[in-house]
Amino acid sequence: MQTIGQQLINGLSLGSIYALLALGYTMVYGIIKLINFAHGDIYMLGAFWGYYVINVLHVNFIVALLSAMVFCALVGVVIEAIAYRPLRHSPRITALITAIGVSFLLENGMSYLFTANTRNFPQVIKTVTWHFAGMRISNIQVLILVTACLLMLILELIIKKTKMGKAMRAVSVDPTAAQLVGINLNHTISFTFALGSAMAGAAGVLIGLYYNSIDPLMGMTPGIKAFVAAVIGGIGSVPGASLGGFIIGLLETAVQAIGLSAYKDAVVYVVLIVILLVLPAGIFGKNVKEKV
Amino acid sequence: MKTTLKANAVWLGVMILGFVVIDAAEFAGLVNTFIENMLVTIGINVILATGLNLIIGFSGQFSLGHAGFMAIGAYATGIITQSIATPLGFYLSMIVGIFVAIIAALIVGIPTLRLRGDYLAIATMGAAEIIRILINNLKITNGAAGLFNIPALASWATVYTIMCVTTIVTVNFIHSRGGRAVMSVREDEIAAEAMGINTTRWKLAAFVFGAATAAIGGSLHAAYIQTIAPSDFNIMASIAILIIVVLGGVGSITGTFVAAIVLGALDTILQNFGTLRMIIYSLALILIMIFKPTGLLGNWELSFKRLNHHKEVSAHE
Amino acid sequence: MSNRLLDAQHLVKNFGGLTAVSDVSVHFDQNELVGLIGPNGAGKTTLFNLLTGVTPISSGAITLATDQGVQTLNGQRPAQIAQAGLSRTFQNIRLFKDLTVLDNVRIAMTNHYHETFFGSIFRTPAFYRTEAAMTTAAQNLLGIFDLTTVADQPAKNLPYGIQRRLEIVRALATKPKLLFLDEPAAGMNPEETADLTRLIRQIQHDFHITIVLIEHDMSLVMTVVERLYVLEHGALLAAGTPAEIQKNPAVIKAYLGDETTC
Repeated sequence: MQTIGQQLINGLSLGSIYALLALGYTMVYGIIKLINFAHGDIYMLGAFWGYYVINVLHVNFIVALLSAMVFCALVGVVIEAIAYRPLRHSPRITALITAIGVSFLLENGMSYLFTANTRNFPQVIKTVTWHFAGMRISNIQVLILVTACLLMLILELIIKKTKMGKAMRAVSVDPTAAQLVGINLNHTISFTFALGSAMAGAAGVLIGLYYNSIDPLMGMTPGIKAFVAAVIGGIGSVPGASLGGFIIGLLETAVQAIGLSAYKDAVVYVVLIVILLVLPAGIFGKNVKEKV
Repeated sequence: MKTTLKANAVWLGVMILGFVVIDAAEFAGLVNTFIENMLVTIGINVILATGLNLIIGFSGQFSLGHAGFMAIGAYATGIITQSIATPLGFYLSMIVGIFVAIIAALIVGIPTLRLRGDYLAIATMGAAEIIRILINNLKITNGAAGLFNIPALASWATVYTIMCVTTIVTVNFIHSRGGRAVMSVREDEIAAEAMGINTTRWKLAAFVFGAATAAIGGSLHAAYIQTIAPSDFNIMASIAILIIVVLGGVGSITGTFVAAIVLGALDTILQNFGTLRMIIYSLALILIMIFKPTGLLGNWELSFKRLNHHKEVSAHE
Repeated sequence: MSNRLLDAQHLVKNFGGLTAVSDVSVHFDQNELVGLIGPNGAGKTTLFNLLTGVTPISSGAITLATDQGVQTLNGQRPAQIAQAGLSRTFQNIRLFKDLTVLDNVRIAMTNHYHETFFGSIFRTPAFYRTEAAMTTAAQNLLGIFDLTTVADQPAKNLPYGIQRRLEIVRALATKPKLLFLDEPAAGMNPEETADLTRLIRQIQHDFHITIVLIEHDMSLVMTVVERLYVLEHGALLAAGTPAEIQKNPAVIKAYLGDETTC
């Protein structure tokens, strides 16, 4: 029982990172039907930004988190404007390859500029571990969970309550119609990239604190996992991405706990395939039938 | 019929000429190990990408798991030729690889090909990762360390010949009743069904065909490079093949050749740039996509039959 | 009764809570030309989709008379139904756009010619013979409908009216017993519609098949069909000859509206 509780906590903290990342995938996909392959690398940039501002400017955690979000939002907007916007009316697979190119560029650019070494993330918050009913919970885990949930709540409010959020939803349903009612397509898409990338930036700083190590290739695997999470939840669905993130996080820790860590990723993919076979558009996705 | 025969003769001539040119260059000492490596990599990439192009470009199904089937071929060769280190053993291992890849493709394809677009991509990617993780944890495949000292049973000539054969077979399939049925699935699944085309069956046919050619590519890779490890067949490997297909032009086999050659040459030239190599490579990729969104050749195909036809028409005028 | 071709009894289709087709029974006889009319949203295309298997029926029974006796079409996939002899066109043209006109027709002939996989990849003489036979058959069909000159064009390059015609030719290439035409005159000018009327009669005459058409153009419907079904709100409102339908008060009400409720 204690181990289950322990794994639940570990799984939830890992899952909240995946969830934050999956949100970016799902929002971008929802609005321009692009698998933004470079999203995991934005998360890496967030972690590096956190690393430098804490080490060089000696800022506290909150400032590091917020500035990383702002920085990543800007990067996301710039990438969209330069690399994806010219391809908006091109075959979708072309935009996907461009996204892969951007991902390679960010990974290798960072390796070139700052070396490919792994480095220790500064412990800006001293780790405190609480023992509670035989389980160990660290303040970092609590911080990750609370921050992630708070950010998801804010995101949900932005999408549901603000004018820009309404525009985002309109564009994701029908871009042409949205333009006809006076929605600025470019602004809305930029805004979506900004929001998604900010979430990834936050996730980067949080994972730095949690795992205490960062490197230029750190975004690759979590990026793919987060995309899988978004697909499981039903790509395009915001609550789906959060749910998918938590499912993957919990699944991974559970598989590890029963001693099958070598098959950790395989289990995730098996679950993905099974879910897709039962629900071809993910848990919250709408299965759109083509009209004849 | 006559023009078909003529065009086929021209193609045969081109293939023999290619062989003779490379052979002469080898003989004259123009080809060092470095260049031979490049040529072989191009050849294997052509085999892999042609098969993937059949799936993506002709049947319109987005598969992201090509490296998984390649791994099956590579490991079949790696394991079998260590016991039977003869050319016969190599071809036997290739056939075993094809066979296992076909079975794996059926297991993966039958359930997942119902999915559409990106969902299919992510499911096939997952399936390929499952294959890789299994190889990573099995004893017979020597786990994460992989296999070393695989007998060198494939020369550049083997790769060249098999590249020609797989290309001929693929192109012949495309220009047949089956190939047209496969293309109708890409064009409009609902209309194809209404015309009596069992779309599930033809999608699966293209998928299995592609998987078989991937296994051939894997076999050659193992026998030429002589060292394989599970990490050679990860998601990035599948993406590398996808890049060749899209860069050349989805639905153009000629484009696949051009892209494989361009990327192979680019990779070799960029070796001198050290760490800058991947930065230049990724920038090139982004720029080509932005300025040539349908790939280098779009869906254009080189056809001697058509060239001939044009000549005859202009002669008449 | 002996020449009954397709019989659909008590067809029902529910989409979630919405009943798109409720308890509709229709039948089509051999070499008959039948019209299906009704206001927008009456369920005409849905009925076509049910009969051709594109959408599965919620309940009911569809049977087809074949050489091997009466065969049920319930639960079969569209390709099987097409192979059994039901072919169709679509309201919003669905050609294989990037393929040539010839290939569009040859694809529809897929099930009537057999090439082995071995034969096609190694180009055996048998393969060349089948390909030649298939191509000749396709060209003959194109010739009948004046499409020979565009045979090598991609379908998407054809003008609208020609695309509609090609779609009919493609459907005929499957050698159907029964051809469903979904609004063949939609978007056509009067001249093109007149051509189409001739074309439909010619097909019925030359190919000896049953034709069912959905049409809004009343002049076309009333001049070509022998029998009519009228659908409204997913249910059968009336059936009969054009003359009977024109006098049917329920039909007039459905089309012109009820004065008192307007």
